[in-house]
Amino acid sequence: MTEASGGGSPAAAAPAGAPPAPQPVADERLANIGVWARLLRRPEIGSLLGALVICVFFWVNTEAFGTLSGIANWTDVASTLGIMAVAVALLMIGGEFDLSAGVMTGTTGLLLGLLTTEWGFTMWPAIAVTFAFAAVVGFVNGYMVVKTKLPSFIVTLATFFVFQGVNLGYTKAVTDTVRVAGLRDVPGYDAASKVLSETFWAPHNFRLSVIWWIAIAAIATWVLARTRLGNWIFAVGGDANAARNVGVPVARVKIALFMTTAMAAALVGIMIALRLGSVQAGQGVGEEFTYIIAAVVGGCLLTGGYGSAIGASLGALIVGMAFIGIQFSGWNTDWRFLFLGVILLLAVLVNNLVRHRAEGVRR
Amino acid sequence: MRRLRAGLLAMLMVLGLAVFAAACGGDDDSTGGGSPASKDDVDLTQGQDVTIAVITHGSGDSFWAVAKKGAEDAGKQMGVTVKYSESANDPQKQAQLIDSAVTEKVDGIAVSAPDPDAISDSLKKATDAGIPIITLNSGAEDYQELGAITHVGQTETIAGRGAGARFKEAGAKKLLCVIHEQANIGLNQRCDGAKKGLGGDVENQQVKGVDDIQTTLTEIQSKLQSDKSIDAVLTLNPDIAVAARDAIAGAGSSAKLATFDLSGDVVKAIQDGEIDFAVDQQQYLQGYLPVVFLTLYKSNANTVGGGQPVLTGPGFVTKDNAETVAKLAEEGTR
Repeated sequence: MTEASGGGSPAAAAPAGAPPAPQPVADERLANIGVWARLLRRPEIGSLLGALVICVFFWVNTEAFGTLSGIANWTDVASTLGIMAVAVALLMIGGEFDLSAGVMTGTTGLLLGLLTTEWGFTMWPAIAVTFAFAAVVGFVNGYMVVKTKLPSFIVTLATFFVFQGVNLGYTKAVTDTVRVAGLRDVPGYDAASKVLSETFWAPHNFRLSVIWWIAIAAIATWVLARTRLGNWIFAVGGDANAARNVGVPVARVKIALFMTTAMAAALVGIMIALRLGSVQAGQGVGEEFTYIIAAVVGGCLLTGGYGSAIGASLGALIVGMAFIGIQFSGWNTDWRFLFLGVILLLAVLVNNLVRHRAEGVRR
Repeated sequence: MRRLRAGLLAMLMVLGLAVFAAACGGDDDSTGGGSPASKDDVDLTQGQDVTIAVITHGSGDSFWAVAKKGAEDAGKQMGVTVKYSESANDPQKQAQLIDSAVTEKVDGIAVSAPDPDAISDSLKKATDAGIPIITLNSGAEDYQELGAITHVGQTETIAGRGAGARFKEAGAKKLLCVIHEQANIGLNQRCDGAKKGLGGDVENQQVKGVDDIQTTLTEIQSKLQSDKSIDAVLTLNPDIAVAARDAIAGAGSSAKLATFDLSGDVVKAIQDGEIDFAVDQQQYLQGYLPVVFLTLYKSNANTVGGGQPVLTGPGFVTKDNAETVAKLAEEGTR
């Protein structure tokens, strides 16, 4: 472990602002700093603190927030957001953005709806086709970014607009309305929704998507921490050239990350479509920023190479708790975005601190 | 140094939350009898401990701000707690907000239903839990299926027909109906209604929209120049109405102009005689009445509507009442 040396050098370089508290034994002080440093160096720290504060705050201030049904409400909101935030976090650690992630949940949901209600597919084959479509879109996004070397911000912004237009134009052309409805009557709907969108634990009605979210966050955490692919993701986001020089297949990793994000969007799009029984053409537009906010609150650096899936999940949890908590409190919902803004600012401040620390270690 | 910064950060975080809580807490009328701090507020509610959730698909724009004011005013006057929230056109969020209202065991839910399929499951949970529902604004065709007592709103076709009939009275022969949003089927229904009301020739024109007023103006102007027989223009949004006014002047046309919905500019143009009339769906009522109806249902088991929707429009704003309406608009109720 490098806590001792890493913690030592900046402290020595720092001005004489050391805490005035008397610290008789030098070893103890080092050990203390080690714990602090280890804690602060975790990317999740900002979101964990934030989540705790917000949870306690609403738990104490409202009756319903802490009940099982209340918890089911806010984990419901956090779950679909969290699945996307985890995928977006992986992508951001890999050094890229996907602004089309939000609109893709709408595109895939609409595709599922059109396949089943207009073109005679049953549910499972339609779900398979939807995932395949998402994989192709993710591949195209990734391929364009890697080949053109344009910022992914620009490339996926284009994808975003393309799909926003297609979603509306095509839906209206086929259905004459702005939504695709009637998914509940499709053969196979019940089976698919039992896996993807039903609730469990009867009186409280927790969403199945919560289980999916936890599973996906766990897998992503394992991949990042324990696998070669995880190392590669950090490497391509930290310094793509250096990664390439040591033999990391940068292009393949980035394309795979874009495909993961698009497939996650498909999963969420399908979940929402099954849950609501209809899909609106405007579905998901604007949500991409919520995903990025959740990931950033969870400790992802905008510059890549740093972040965590658990942090992104906590970021999503914060957004979910705030959304339902504000509703339970009966606050004027006009202020909701103030809350998001304050959380984002605080998280970025924490992350800034963390980055200085991480850089201190490298030196 | 490190501790100092960490401490500073923690302080900042607490401070931020405190500021936020203070800012929002100001509107926290009461959380029922639950928290001890709100005991005083409960006394103000005339002994009724009733909470009504109003959940719309609005997105904080000027239209919904008026509906929200209506709901809040009704809450104050009826002495009940109103929790107003908006889903910004996201049906999933709206379903989740309804779920949370059911968790809270509110005494009534007023909900706009632009996408009835999407919220039917959540509303079913509400009716199963014995919570009465009223739909507002959108959902006139579906409120019975959703289990609502009644619907409070304006039906697009009837409002359009009203506008068409007024044009007919004024002697118009050929009407241009300006559609400014692709994704909104309600706009087409208004134009269809206007056709029925006018009983004459109606042409629909799709324009760029409120994001690009200049292009919209040019589009309308060239249409008027190319077809001189158009003697009436109906716009479906106040900003588009102002553009159409300038387009009519620019084209040297003498077409009469009317619009759906109000804005300060539109009211002024009506006072100046540049716009003949505005069709007002009086969305203040769409916030106000459901709260009153649900409170009456709770306290007196009354059901309003007799199985029919309660119409809040079309109300018409003309030169005669424009001044009154302008004053009320400043107070945020029109």
